[in-house]
Amino acid sequence: MLGIETSCDETAAAVVDDGFVVRSSVVSSQVDLHARYGGVVPEIASRAHAELLTPVVAEALVEAGVEDGDIDAVAATYGPGLVGALLVGVSTAKALALVWDVPFVAVNHLEAHLYATLLDDPSLELPVVVLLVSGGHTMVVEMTGHGRYRVLGSTVDDAAGEAFDKVARYLGLGYPGGPAIDRLAMHGDPTAIAFPRAMLEEGYDFSFSGLKTAVVNHVRRHPDVATADVAASFQAAVVDVLVHKLRRAAAEVGAKGMCLGGGVAANSLLRERFLDACTTDGRRGFLPSRAMCTDNAAMVAAAGWWRLRADGPSPLDTGAVPGLGLPVTAR
Amino acid sequence: MLVLGIETATTQVGCAIGGHEGVLASTHSARGRRHAETLVPSIEFVCRQARVELREMGAVAVDLGPGLFTGLRVGVATAKAIAQALRVPMIGINSLDLLAFPARFSSRLITAVIDARRGEVFAAGYRHVPGGVQRVSGPAAATPEDLASDLFATGEDVLLIGDGALRYADRFADRSHIEMAEQGLAYPSARSLVQLAHARALREQWVQPWDLAPLYLRRPDAEINWSVREGA
Ligand SMILES: [Zn+2]
Repeated sequence: MLGIETSCDETAAAVVDDGFVVRSSVVSSQVDLHARYGGVVPEIASRAHAELLTPVVAEALVEAGVEDGDIDAVAATYGPGLVGALLVGVSTAKALALVWDVPFVAVNHLEAHLYATLLDDPSLELPVVVLLVSGGHTMVVEMTGHGRYRVLGSTVDDAAGEAFDKVARYLGLGYPGGPAIDRLAMHGDPTAIAFPRAMLEEGYDFSFSGLKTAVVNHVRRHPDVATADVAASFQAAVVDVLVHKLRRAAAEVGAKGMCLGGGVAANSLLRERFLDACTTDGRRGFLPSRAMCTDNAAMVAAAGWWRLRADGPSPLDTGAVPGLGLPVTAR
Repeated sequence: MLVLGIETATTQVGCAIGGHEGVLASTHSARGRRHAETLVPSIEFVCRQARVELREMGAVAVDLGPGLFTGLRVGVATAKAIAQALRVPMIGINSLDLLAFPARFSSRLITAVIDARRGEVFAAGYRHVPGGVQRVSGPAAATPEDLASDLFATGEDVLLIGDGALRYADRFADRSHIEMAEQGLAYPSARSLVQLAHARALREQWVQPWDLAPLYLRRPDAEINWSVREGA
């Protein structure tokens, strides 16, 4: 399975065998192109995908050591994401599938993040509860079977990754904010400032806008505060809420295991606290490697492999669906 | 040699296959801006109509723009992927050249005009030469008003062609020396694309897929705003 991912600012292609054996995974990041604007600019992202995808696909095929005739199917992300960016990947994947005369599979980007877990540990035991946290999404999802999901809760305002970006920008740490705060927080005291933990009285929804305001107000009132302490305390507040809700959800549905996915799952503190929680609660932890947390095409190929087995090929008149949600199945 | 041509620079999606015998099959459909949904089924359709297989293609031609950014990227991404998978070279042709080509027998100054949205057009000027047209000005982005006054200043008889000319027809209406080409010629033609590309393919005037890029003629807004801010 050749996978293609172009939903945001990473141009990626990967070859994956049997749904989980990664033969190659090439990611060309556009972070530098967008850094000076403090966020992803859709038109710049689309132009870069159109330029980079041909060499990225070629590299993924060469690195995997496959001949063209060895590819059995081509999968691409068709949503959610930036429409112009998605269309480059979808168009490329459909054209390759057409020439090679193999199935095309349209993949949901959110589902792909859930399947990133399988790439590092194919022995997934269901049901699991997944915390999906990225720049665009923050949700707790129960996965009861392959392709069977129930969204337990999601953010009512900012995504967790968005909160990291906004706070980092406010603290003058640059873009992208996640890695910048992660690095700085290592030198700060996470208990220095007691930022609020918005629990939205014990549902599974999240809210980060109050925390963001609290950070701004604190820095305004205490201009001399150590930035590292602010970063560490902010990060601790976010991670506390995320882990707390994940554990409660897993307990409520009686999940066998817990998973992390999405770009924010590369955060050091979140990874550490997640693994601690798994040990304490006696649940299996499925934690993708950092490279598989951020956007990549191996997870698209993995999700595509399961989708193809479940639903067969996608039609060649598939377009992009920028606002696509997770396919929700009733229990 | 057979050439597959893909054209998605305007609201129309076009696809054609041609070779020594001329154009074997072509299709043009105007379904708004649904380029990605329409294009691959169109390619399958022309292959069936021409009774050829995709792997018989010796080159892939594509309209490089200028035009609608999203449409262009769908066409260029699809064309590149087909060429990459077939391991054949590519020929990129300017959308305004394609518009002017069917009007090549006119003795007027042929001005191809594509709607660039946001109150602008992409335009280029052409003259008849043996076997086709030669570009004498452009391509460039301009407001319809600026284009109209430029054309008026030449004092020449002009043939205006393209969806941009039709959209802003009123801006050119009071100029008696300007003639408007018919609606049927308002979009770049995939037939013209394979005709022009086949001639170039015979001269081996081609590029490799990774060297081919759309012709935008306009920087992204964010980049423009940023350099304005930095310059201030
Ligand atoms: Zn993502």
